Amino acid sequence: MIKGMAHIFKDNVNTDDIIAAKYLNTTDPAILGSHCMETLDPTFVKRVKPGDIVVAGKNFGCGSSREHAPVALKGCGIRCVIAKSFARIFFRNSINTGLLILESKDAPDDISEGDELEIELEKGRIRNITKGRVYIAAAFPKFMQEIVNAGGLLNYLKKE
Amino acid sequence: MGYTITEKILLRHTDKKAISAGEFIMAAVDLCLANDITAPFAIKEAERHGLKKVFDNKKIALIPDHFTPNKDINSANQCRMVKDFAKKYNIRHYYEVGRMGIEHALLPELGLIMPGNLVIGADSHTCTYGALGAFSSGVGSTDLAGIYLTGKVWLKVPESIKFIFRGKLKKWVGGKDLILHTIKNIGVEGANYKAMEFTGEVIKSLPMDDRFSMCNMAIEAGGKSGIIEPDEITLEYIRKVTSKKYLFLKSDSDASYSDVKEYDCSSLEPQVALPHLPSNVKPVSECKNINIDQAVIGSCTNGRISDLRAAAKIIKGNKVNSRVRLIVIPATQAIYLQALKEGLIEIFVKAGGVFSTPTCGPCLGGHMGILAKGERAISTTNRNFVGRMGHPESEVYLSNPAVAAASAIKGRIAHPGEVKG
Repeated sequence: MIKGMAHIFKDNVNTDDIIAAKYLNTTDPAILGSHCMETLDPTFVKRVKPGDIVVAGKNFGCGSSREHAPVALKGCGIRCVIAKSFARIFFRNSINTGLLILESKDAPDDISEGDELEIELEKGRIRNITKGRVYIAAAFPKFMQEIVNAGGLLNYLKKE
Repeated sequence: MGYTITEKILLRHTDKKAISAGEFIMAAVDLCLANDITAPFAIKEAERHGLKKVFDNKKIALIPDHFTPNKDINSANQCRMVKDFAKKYNIRHYYEVGRMGIEHALLPELGLIMPGNLVIGADSHTCTYGALGAFSSGVGSTDLAGIYLTGKVWLKVPESIKFIFRGKLKKWVGGKDLILHTIKNIGVEGANYKAMEFTGEVIKSLPMDDRFSMCNMAIEAGGKSGIIEPDEITLEYIRKVTSKKYLFLKSDSDASYSDVKEYDCSSLEPQVALPHLPSNVKPVSECKNINIDQAVIGSCTNGRISDLRAAAKIIKGNKVNSRVRLIVIPATQAIYLQALKEGLIEIFVKAGGVFSTPTCGPCLGGHMGILAKGERAISTTNRNFVGRMGHPESEVYLSNPAVAAASAIKGRIAHPGEVKG
């Protein structure tokens, strides 16, 4: 069970927003995490508690292929991202590196900043404890679920 | 039902008899690439998962191009790690500064990308190679580590959107304007997960460099890939760079598309993408009184020889505006040398611009042209996100090289016709 506070973001959050290119001269998750979302909201990292959840509009993670983006989100304590839709490369990077992502058309519009959320991943069920509502996220295709279950792409490839 | 060119290429790289859009496949990779930003993660992951030997040392390219020549100690350390990996595993296609160029300009120039190939890169602009009739797509570093270990990549077979460009292009209008117009029309996620197939009479007569610019920015519409069926123009290009055998595939007439878009391009003006999305596009004539502090001509989108020629044609005999920095960056050493031979460098320098060694540098706010708070740049690069080229309160406008050059002279966003009829 995943439980955390919601941090709200808009449509088209790009990978430069998630982690600016000037920080790509390191692969250290802690350093990357300390600059996560800095351009959009310099106070974000200070407010995140381990296990928190990012909630965003459509096309989350558009832009570059930098895996530093999901790594930075994980590095600052974010456990899961709920968005209306994800850009393709960010989606596969998250699956491959173990950042949890859920796609839901209605949840992002209904969730407010600071709402307490609880997620049952297997069922794709998002419970908004603050508002007393439940949303159902889109199910992963079987192939992707197998990668997630294996604990990331490279573990999956080893099993194959 | 027939196949699109994309489906045909993917099918040939699996052991399946048939494939269909939406299906997950494991595909064999002809070439994989990474740079100084993305390779370190891939190397660490591959070695953490027991890499002893790479799948094929001739099918891996490593190009330190983003923060090179090394901009600081951390960047230098990352490049060193890539270099050591290349040595340890005897990677054939490793390029040190001096032989290096921006990856998506360099690899085609070296004849390493062939029509019909399946190319995967840990860089989002890997989609560039669709211009040669290859399937190419960007992924992250872990995917690349998977390829180092197995030679294969997982892909969801994409649906294709067909874009038909009709009419005859006006002077100063090229591939960059066509793709900006397309992104404006479908939006920044208009082609998410999809292959963008560019066709029509405009494309059939479009030079290779313009085709590279178009396919390069497919990602800015969310595209998985951009692709153009190979033809005589493709053949002329590859014959100059390699004598390898080639495979020209074409979409079947009864292939299935998720959408078909048609554009009449005869009245299309040069286009400009305003801050802060590549879809926020207007014709240059509607960009009035927008003063600039910097003009950048270069990148994997527009740093090729014809881009430099177009810019030089505008700049020749003029002076860069006293308030403006003009930074010209050839995409590869070969392009640099060609510009030298043709006298283009002299034109830029005499006008008061600078001419740099190949690097991605300013495009992603790395080095070689960072913007201060409140500064504004026009740039032939591919992204104008908040803070992309420097301070979060700076602005980037995207255009073709002729518009960037004319703007450098006028000190404000300008139509090339204002300088050179």
